[in-house]
Amino acid sequence: MPLLVATGIRRSFYGVRALDGAEVAVEAGTVTGLIGPNGAGKTTFFNCISGMIPPDGGRVVFDGQDVTGWSPDRITRRGMVRTFQIARGFPRLTVMENLLLYGPDQPGEAALTALFGRRAAKRREDELVERAKGIAAQLRLTRVLDNRAAEVSGGQKKLLEIGRALMAEPRLVLLDEPVAGVNPTLAGEIVEIIRGLRDRGLTFLVVEHDMEAVSRLCDPVVVFAEGRRLTQGTFAEVAADPRVQESYMGRRAWAS
Amino acid sequence: MENYLVAIVTFAGIYALLAMGLNVSWGMTGLVNLGMAGFFALGAYASAILTVRTGAWIPLGFGLAAIVAALAGAALMGITRKLRGDYLAIITLGFSEFVRLVAANEIWLTRGSDGISGIPGPWRGELSPAQFNVLFCVIVLVLVAVAYVVCERLRDSPYGRVLRAVREDDTVAAVAGKAVDRYKLQAFAIGAGIMGVAGAAYGHYTSYIAPDIFRPLITIYIFLALTAGGVGNNRGAVVGAFLVMAILEGTRFLWDVVPGLAAVQKAALREIVIGVLLIVVMRLRPEGLLPEPVPKVLDKETTR
Repeated sequence: MPLLVATGIRRSFYGVRALDGAEVAVEAGTVTGLIGPNGAGKTTFFNCISGMIPPDGGRVVFDGQDVTGWSPDRITRRGMVRTFQIARGFPRLTVMENLLLYGPDQPGEAALTALFGRRAAKRREDELVERAKGIAAQLRLTRVLDNRAAEVSGGQKKLLEIGRALMAEPRLVLLDEPVAGVNPTLAGEIVEIIRGLRDRGLTFLVVEHDMEAVSRLCDPVVVFAEGRRLTQGTFAEVAADPRVQESYMGRRAWAS
Repeated sequence: MENYLVAIVTFAGIYALLAMGLNVSWGMTGLVNLGMAGFFALGAYASAILTVRTGAWIPLGFGLAAIVAALAGAALMGITRKLRGDYLAIITLGFSEFVRLVAANEIWLTRGSDGISGIPGPWRGELSPAQFNVLFCVIVLVLVAVAYVVCERLRDSPYGRVLRAVREDDTVAAVAGKAVDRYKLQAFAIGAGIMGVAGAAYGHYTSYIAPDIFRPLITIYIFLALTAGGVGNNRGAVVGAFLVMAILEGTRFLWDVVPGLAAVQKAALREIVIGVLLIVVMRLRPEGLLPEPVPKVLDKETTR
């Protein structure tokens, strides 16, 4: 059974059908791509399955459990965590704090433990700091750990998005345009990082417009158009599909 | 003059409690609380009514003040948890006016606009007024110290980190796995509870409270205190409170040396001076006198 199965997801905004029965299945151990023209519903789909907006209909089953309509914090704690397209978050927290925040099971996040159980909090904090340092080293963020998130470069913010998600100890990471707006060299590095993580057993669902990155990273690739799944296959298959080209380019008015 | 100074320090301490309460809800968690005067009043009335009516031990009054204000804060936050920013500000401002109007009209409970007088103070009968003054000043400073330790522990913990994350972006905080609504509720309630304690202190010190004391102006002064002192910084909250009190009171004497002004003009000029001084502080130190501390984890070696 796939790690994530979303079926029949529907969502309208004031009569506009953003999602009209969308479905995606993500097999464990894959980097599944999700592409489609602007307005196809990719971001709304992410928002629906990560709990940020409730779907009007449909079912989201993650790791054998129905998580439809769960709040985002429960979904993250269950092992599915998303990132944001425009590196979003906590500008006045340091990079280290951004990472630590995503660490699960910190007893010091309860008010009473924060006041009276500082030893237990400290023990967990030390573990989380070690793990955050490891992740930072892997993403080459070590130098900026003590900088506020607002002060680091755009590329570093993108890396921090990935690092934060990893801190949550997820089984599935939903990446929203991980290489958008970064230079080609860094884009290549991010692709390699994601592949490396997949090889170590992590599963990804990736929304991305950069076809170079999709072709190197994603298998299978799901194509969305008009709020629905249009087709699915390897990158070569979907790229050769005339329906996919049509959905991006539009139909020729004089086509026979 | 000494009595006056001691009294000013006591009031500044009460302001410092309010500023720290505001720092928990607004400074750390980003929840605008314009209802501070309401929580201040709730604490004052809860403690005054209990101790005057039943003759209860004064510390019990303080405890009740904290609980009533915290519960009211939790209830208010529970009702408004989907609101943010300006809308929360309006609701909380409405709440504080609601408390004041209830205090003015529910005469059976609060004696209406006559106010409650004869609120007991610790050993007020046994001590001379000057001694009582000093004793109460010490009590308030101890309360400030305790509140400071509590707030600092909260701030400097994973709990405080979550609060600050909620302040920056509550959606992403939820994605980080945090039950955002629960944190907002707690932070608002803790802040309100501290404000309630400040209210109790006020009542037991002055021995008299009335609805008119709890006008929204006090809320604005505390926002100024925290902003000037440093939003998110507990020490900044205390420093800001003492600074605002020093400006408020200090300007009274300033006019003795400025000739040719009528009393009304002096009063107006005082407000202008307060405004100008705060603009100067914000211009020179946009993050306040003591900016929010940035926790550092790295030693020098690893950064090199």
